[in-house]
This record gives sequence, C-alpha cells and structure tokens, in this order.
Amino acid sequence: MLSIKNLHSQVEETPILKGINLDIKPGEVHAIMGPNGSGKSTLASVLAGREEYEVTDGSVDFLGEDLLELDVDERAQNGLFLAFQYPIEIPGVTNATFLRSSINAIRKANGLDELNGAQALKLIREKMAAVEMDPSFLKRSLNEGFSGGEKKRNEMLQMMLLEPKLAILDETDSGLDIDALQVVAKAVNSMRDANRSFLVVTHYQRLLDHIVPDFVHVLYQGRIVRSGDKSLALELEKRGYDWIKEEVDAQTA
Amino acid sequence: MEVLEAHAASEYKYGWSSDIETDTLPPGLNEDVVRFISAKKDEPEWLLDYRLEAYRVWREMVEPKWVNVDYEPVDFNAISYYAAPKEKPKLNSLDEVDPELIATFNKLGIPLEEQKILSGVAVDAVIDSVSVTTTYKERLAEVGIIFCSFSEAVKEHPELVRKYMGTVIPTKDNFYAALNNAVFSDGSFVYIPKGVRCPMELSTYFRINAINTGQFERTLIIAEEGSYVSYLEGCTAPKRDENQLHAAIVELVAHKDAEIKYSTVQNWYPGDKNGKGGIYNFVTKRGLCEGENSKISWTQVETGSAITWKYPSCVLKGDNSVGEFYSVAVTNNLQQADTGTKMIHIGKNTRSTIISKGISAGKSQNTYRGLVKVLPKAENARNFSQCDSLLMGDKCGAHTFPYLEVDNKSAQIEHEATTSKIGEDQLFYLKQRGLSEEDALNTIVNGFCKDVFAVLPMEFAAEAKKLLAISLENSVG
Repeated sequence: MLSIKNLHSQVEETPILKGINLDIKPGEVHAIMGPNGSGKSTLASVLAGREEYEVTDGSVDFLGEDLLELDVDERAQNGLFLAFQYPIEIPGVTNATFLRSSINAIRKANGLDELNGAQALKLIREKMAAVEMDPSFLKRSLNEGFSGGEKKRNEMLQMMLLEPKLAILDETDSGLDIDALQVVAKAVNSMRDANRSFLVVTHYQRLLDHIVPDFVHVLYQGRIVRSGDKSLALELEKRGYDWIKEEVDAQTA
Repeated sequence: MEVLEAHAASEYKYGWSSDIETDTLPPGLNEDVVRFISAKKDEPEWLLDYRLEAYRVWREMVEPKWVNVDYEPVDFNAISYYAAPKEKPKLNSLDEVDPELIATFNKLGIPLEEQKILSGVAVDAVIDSVSVTTTYKERLAEVGIIFCSFSEAVKEHPELVRKYMGTVIPTKDNFYAALNNAVFSDGSFVYIPKGVRCPMELSTYFRINAINTGQFERTLIIAEEGSYVSYLEGCTAPKRDENQLHAAIVELVAHKDAEIKYSTVQNWYPGDKNGKGGIYNFVTKRGLCEGENSKISWTQVETGSAITWKYPSCVLKGDNSVGEFYSVAVTNNLQQADTGTKMIHIGKNTRSTIISKGISAGKSQNTYRGLVKVLPKAENARNFSQCDSLLMGDKCGAHTFPYLEVDNKSAQIEHEATTSKIGEDQLFYLKQRGLSEEDALNTIVNGFCKDVFAVLPMEFAAEAKKLLAISLENSVG
C-alpha cells in the first residue's frame, strides 16, 4: 500500500524528517507516536502533499505510484485521505455543497458516475447518523463556528464518504472528550477491512484503546526510533517518552 | 431678436444638412457635433436644447480626481461622437470566429444559436432575432408595458421621456453624466403601467438587442404605482469593443408601492495582462424611490473593464421606501475598480442595505466607496452595510471608504467590514478532498459571494459564477 524509504523533509531550511522508513500493507493499522516536535504532523503533511514541506531525499510509493510526483488533489483521488488536526473553515460554502463536490471529484477521477443531489444527500445523511451529527450541519458553512468536536466528527464523516484506501489521522484525538473520541474510533473501526489501511498519528495512547493498531512506531527527532505492537503504546503510557529520548540521545552522543 | 435667433438656428440646420449623409464624425467635440447627433436622430427641439445645455455645462466642469484609480487622461477630442451602428462583417459560420471567443462562450454555456448572434454569424430565419423581439414585444404590449430603444421612445413617447429624463440624474450631477447628456447614443426605455407586474425578466430580449448601443448609453425605467419589474442589464459574453471610454447613464423611477430590481453583469474587455487596451467604464446609475413603500434594488457582478467607476445609488424620498445594493466586483491583472453606492435617506422609515464583495487578484486595485446620508427629516432611517474584501496573492490591493453623513438622531446605522486573504490552508484542504486547484478556488470565491449571488435571478447567477471562474483563471499559483 504505502512504502516510505529514507524520507527527508524540511521547512524553510530546517530539517524535520531525517530518514523515515515505513511500510504499510493493505488492511494494517499503524500508529505513529512521539513527543511534541518529533515530526509526526510533518510526516502526515508531507504524505498529503503540503507545499511548505520540501522533500529533500527519499521516496514514497503509494499503490505502485510515486506519491511525491502527484499533486495534492491527485493523491486524494488515488485514495489518500488526511483527517486534519485543525480542519479549515470556509465561509459561505455549505457543508452539503462541499461534501457533494468532494464525493463527485473523487468519483469522477476514478471513472465512476457522479451522484446527483438526491443520491448524494441520501448517502451523506446515512453517514452523518453514523458519526452522530445532526442534519442541521448540512446547511451550515463548512466548519465555520463548529466546535472542536464537531469539526472532528465532520472529518470522520468525510472519511466515511470518500472511502479512502489509506486514511491518515493527524492527532484527530487532540482536544476531544470521550464521547467524540469514541465516535472517531467507531468510524475507523467500521471501515477497517483487508484492503484499507490507516496511519494514526497521536500523542496519547488513549485513542489506541479504541483503535487497536497492528503496529506502533515512535518518532523522535525526525526518525522512527522504535517499532513494536500495541504493547509499545502501553509502555509509553506508563513510562512517558523520556526513556526513549535518553536511549536515543545516548546512542547518538 | 427672436427672428435673428431663429435664423441662426436654421442656418445651422442647413449648414449641416449635407453632412447628414455621412456615417461617422471625425474626432472632436463641439456644439456642432451635438447638433449633428441630434439631427441625425431626428430629435425634437427640446431634446436638442437639452443636449446643448448639457454640453455647455460639461465644458465648465473638470474630470473628477478623487477616484482611487490611475490612468492616462482621456483626450475627449480624440473620440468620435457619432458612428452609425456599424454593419459588422457577416460571417458564414462559427468556424470563422476567433477560437478564443468560442472557448469562452462554451465555458459560459451559451447556446450555439446565441453564440452565432453574439459573434455576428448570419443567423437562419427560425431564430431571427427580430422575430424573437417581436414576440416579446407583443406579450409586453398586452399588459401595456413599453420596452424599446431610447431613440424609439423619444419618437413614440416623447411626453414620458421629457417628463422623467434627467429628473434623477441632473445634467450638473457630474462630469461624465453631463457628457452623456450632451452626446448620448442610444439605450433602453422601460415603462411599467400602474399595477402591472412585468410577466418576464427583461433579459433575453436585451441581450440580443443591445449589442450596438454605443459608448454613451442611457437607460430610463419608470415603474408606476404598484408595479414591478426585474431588469437584467448586460451580457455575460465577452464584449469586444473598440471604444475605450464608456460613460453611461441609468435612471430609475419607482412610484408608490412599486419595485424595480436592476441586475447587471458587466464583462467588458479588461485589457491584457499588461493593462493595455481595456475599457474605461464611467457610469452614473441612480434610482429614485419617489413614492411611499417603493423599492429599488441594484445587484451587480462586475468582472470587466480596465477601470470601473460606478456607484449605483438610491434616493429614498418616499416614506418607508427601501434601497438595496448587492455587489461583487472582481479585479485581476492591472484592473482598477472604484465602485460602491450612495443611499440618500430623505423620507421617514426609509431602509437601505449594502452588501459589497470585492475580490482582488493579480496586481489589481479594488476600492469600495459608499455614502450613507440621512437627511434631517428622515425619521427612523435604517442602514446596514457590509463590505468584505478578498485578496488573492500579495500584489493586489483592497480599499474601503465608507462615508456617513447623518443629520437625524433617530437613525440606526450599522457597518461591518472584513478583509481576508485566500489562504493556502483553504486551498490545501479542498484539494486534499479531491478538488482541483481551479474548483477549490471557485468554491472559496463562490462562498465569499454567496449573499450577492443569492439575490441574482437564477439563470444570471449561474452565468455569473462561471464568469467569475473565467476572470480568476490562473490567478493563484
């Protein structure tokens, strides 16, 4: 599904990712954890194609294509979805209009017929119920005036509608109460299947109680310094990040 | 004395009679030119006097300098003030039309037959524009509506023209209005009788009809008591025009309980990327809410012209009358727009709403200039103004000049203004959801303009959206 090799990236001349290697196979859920500033969100942004992040070395293969050669919209059309840590507000554009444009943009790119208004609305309402969103959110401007939790639910709604092959969740759990957290987990778990993969970026292990990952990676100073299974996340919860930092710092010193 | 004057005048007439056969005047403006135009149109004496008076007034005036635009001074003696409607070379098929023009037509979704009319291709008899026109006219005539060219109105309904012309925009109003009064070419005239609701948007007719009205257009719309009309001005198709200066006048009069809705989409040639060759659009538009409970609503989508200088205004004279102004003004490349409105509250309980959306891209400058004036007798006047600017890139400018003159303490005035930049974040977000850069940009812009598009007649709104997309093509990245 996704194969990252020796990925280096910088923002305004400051190197942030310093050689990431990661393989994600179909059906797998990978969690990326790490202390603040370790490069977790940068990794998510680079994969989605954010311009400010310059790739200086390495390669990324996504479903047999060179991901780094594709534009942001092409990556999305190929099945890569990023759930934003801070979803963007767009005044005057109703959620319903936006969702339908998005669904149809992806469908069109994949050679499917576009949905008409009624078809799209039916689908959207169905998925809204799954993420416990009130239909009144359809008429509101995209994310405008939404609470943190409402924005994240809206991200999950989009994920369910677009049915990506790889969904990257960038600290989707940050700032969420337990109810919203469970909505997020439920959305992800309902979509888990043998052909779909997830990359869950999080600072806390809390989310991983609800979304049980197949692999856990610890990112520190722009590298994956430790990989393991679910138990690694639990260990991090117990011991914090300092022991890993110390070990890594001792090796590099 | 009288005899002498009459003699002088008649000599003039004769002096010019031989030249009346010519179709185009050499450049330059003087009294003789004004007389020539009037004679050419076979106008009555009072109209010639009106023009001459305007010419004399204009000569004493100077071009306004307060406008926030910058351009080479217009040489008014380098313009030819009369040219008979030119027979454009007839083309045999659309294959002979500039492919760029056809591409734009297609983007706008203009039907093939209409494309032919707009680009001057000979049209087959079935949709002959004259017959279309006749059909419309018959339907309108049944309910007593007069809808014709201004020149025709001067001939057929001189009493109406004489009664209303210049009552909303007097000759002395401003430099360009005075110029128009002296040399106006043609335009439209609409009269809606008492209690009649115009059965159609006055649009399709106009679109085909008004292609060659010339550079000094004038329009007069009168809505009698309790009547209603929705008038659509302009054409969303690109207008190729060699006249650099356009100075039009639009006057609206709404009597008691009448409503006039006036929508404009203006897409004149903005000049090339270096700002060469665009049109100067200096237009005076004003509506008079003469009677109680009358309403005048201006809606405009402005994407064209190199320089736009335009303030569709409402004089709220009747008690409880309502004035509205909804505007989207887009500037790109080196375009400059200084546009807005004036709401003059005279009557009691008069209300006005101003919604202005300015979008600047490229190196353009976009200015909102608006006046809300409340006169001493205007008890309980209300105004709400909202002026939003959207910037694309960092080389363009947005400016807002709201003026307030309130002479009645009971007035309630609200003003809101925002300036925002199209964010990389917004574009990235939409693209991450599969939208192309162009679609992402259009989505954001349409959202920004939503309040204005919502009040445009539906068909017009769809075209306006497409027009915006075309105007802003390649303006990001």
